[in-house]
Amino acid sequence: MSLTETSIKTSETPLGRDDLARLVAKDIAPGSFVNLGIGQPTLVSNYLTDEQNITLHTENGMLGMGPAAEGDEIDGDLINAGKIPVTELPGASYFHHADSFAIMRGGHLDICVLGAFQVSATGDLANWHTGAPGAIPAVGGAMDLATGAKDVFVMMTLLTREGASKIVESCTYPLTGVGCVTRVYTDKAVFLTGPDGVTVRETFGCTLEELQELVPVPLKAASGVGSAA
Amino acid sequence: MLNFVDSVQEAVAGIKDGSTVMIGGFGNAGQPFELIDALLECGATDLTVVNNNAGQGDQGLALLIKEGRVKKMICSFPRQSDSWHFDAKYKAGEIELELVPQGNLAERIRAAGAGIGGFFTPTGYGTTLAEGKETRFLNGKWQVFETPIHADVALIKALKADGKGNLVYRKTARNFGPIMAAAAKHTIVQVSGIVPTGGLDPENIVTPGIYVNSIVQVAGSGAGATNGKAA
Repeated sequence: MSLTETSIKTSETPLGRDDLARLVAKDIAPGSFVNLGIGQPTLVSNYLTDEQNITLHTENGMLGMGPAAEGDEIDGDLINAGKIPVTELPGASYFHHADSFAIMRGGHLDICVLGAFQVSATGDLANWHTGAPGAIPAVGGAMDLATGAKDVFVMMTLLTREGASKIVESCTYPLTGVGCVTRVYTDKAVFLTGPDGVTVRETFGCTLEELQELVPVPLKAASGVGSAA
Repeated sequence: MLNFVDSVQEAVAGIKDGSTVMIGGFGNAGQPFELIDALLECGATDLTVVNNNAGQGDQGLALLIKEGRVKKMICSFPRQSDSWHFDAKYKAGEIELELVPQGNLAERIRAAGAGIGGFFTPTGYGTTLAEGKETRFLNGKWQVFETPIHADVALIKALKADGKGNLVYRKTARNFGPIMAAAAKHTIVQVSGIVPTGGLDPENIVTPGIYVNSIVQVAGSGAGATNGKAA
C-alpha cells in the first residue's frame, strides 16, 4: 500500500470526542468483558448497544455495571472507579479488590480503554504521571489494566495543546506499561501498535501523507483499508 | 477471640502509636468513618496507614492526615480533587508515600492474609514503581517481585455480622474489606446490623468470622449511608 493511498480517509473532518467514542464502541466484539478508564473512555459506554451484550467491569469490585445513577438511584455504596455513583444491571456481581484485579491480571478482560499522555511506536503506554517536579503521583489501577487486558485501546487527541504528537518513538513521560497498547483511537486517525511498529487503519480529515507529517514515527497503511477491523 | 463492643471508642482503644493500620474503603464507599473518627479521638499517632486513597474532603482519613497522626501512607491513588490535606502534608515533606499500583496493593494485602512470602506479577514491570525490585521472565512475561503488606490493625466496614463474626458487605463498599480482615493481626469491623448466629446464609458469607476480632454496631452506617458523604 503506498503512502499516498487516499481511500484510508474515512471522514472528511477530524472526529469529535463523541464520534470517536461511537467508533470505539462499534469496534468492541459482541459478548466482550470491558473496562473503561476514567475520563474520555467512559463516553464509550453511551454507544454500546443491547445487541452487543457487553459486560462492563469496574476495578472497585463489580461486573455488570450500568449507567451513571440519577436522582433516587444514587447510592454511596455503588460507585465506579471514578467514584461516580452508578447502577447495577441484571446479572451483576460484586467481589473484593484482590479478585477484581485478578480479573485484570489474569487476562480475563477482553478490552480496556484508557486515556494517555503518550504511546510509543511499540505500544509502550504513559498515562499516569507527568513526572513534573512537585507533582503528586497517583497510579490507581492504570498499570494493572495496561498489563492485564487482552487488548488495550487508547483514546486521546493525536496532538498536545502545543501541537506535539502523542504518538512518539519512545515515551518521555514515566511508563505505565511496556508494549501493552494494541490500538490508539485519536481525532485524526486510528493506529494499530505492536512489535512491528505503527499501522494506520483509517484517517479522519487528513491523508496518510498529511498524518505522517504530524507523527514522528514511520506509518504504514493497513491492508484491507476502509473496513472495520 | 471475638468481641462485640458497645462503642467505636472501645473498639479502637488498643491501637498503639506506631501501628500499621489498614483502612477499608475505595473513596468513601466502605470507608469506616466512625471508626476513623474514634481513632483520631484516641490520639494514636506515628501511624502507617494502608488505604487505596489518602483521604477526601474534611472527614475520615483526611482528618487523620490533617492532624499529623499519619507518618506514612501506602496507597495507589492519593491525589484527588479534594485530597487537600494529604497534598499539603506531602508538599511540606511531612508524610511519607509508598505508591503502589492498585492491583499490587490488593494482592500484597491478600498475600499477607494468605501467608504468602511474596509473588511475581507483571504489573509495573519497566516502570519507576518497580525500580530496584527483583524481576524474572516467567510464563512469557517479565514479572516483578512484590512482598506482602501486613498490618497490626484493620478498620473495615461491613453491612451485617452474625454472632460468629461472619460478615456480609454491600455492593462496591466491599472493596478492600475481606482482604484487609485477613491481613491484619487485629480486625475491627463496624456494621449496621448484627444478627443472631445462624441468621446469615452460610453460602453467602463473604468474610468468615475467623478473621474478625471486634465488632461494633454503628447506627445509620448501613445501606447507602455513604450517600451524603459521596464526593
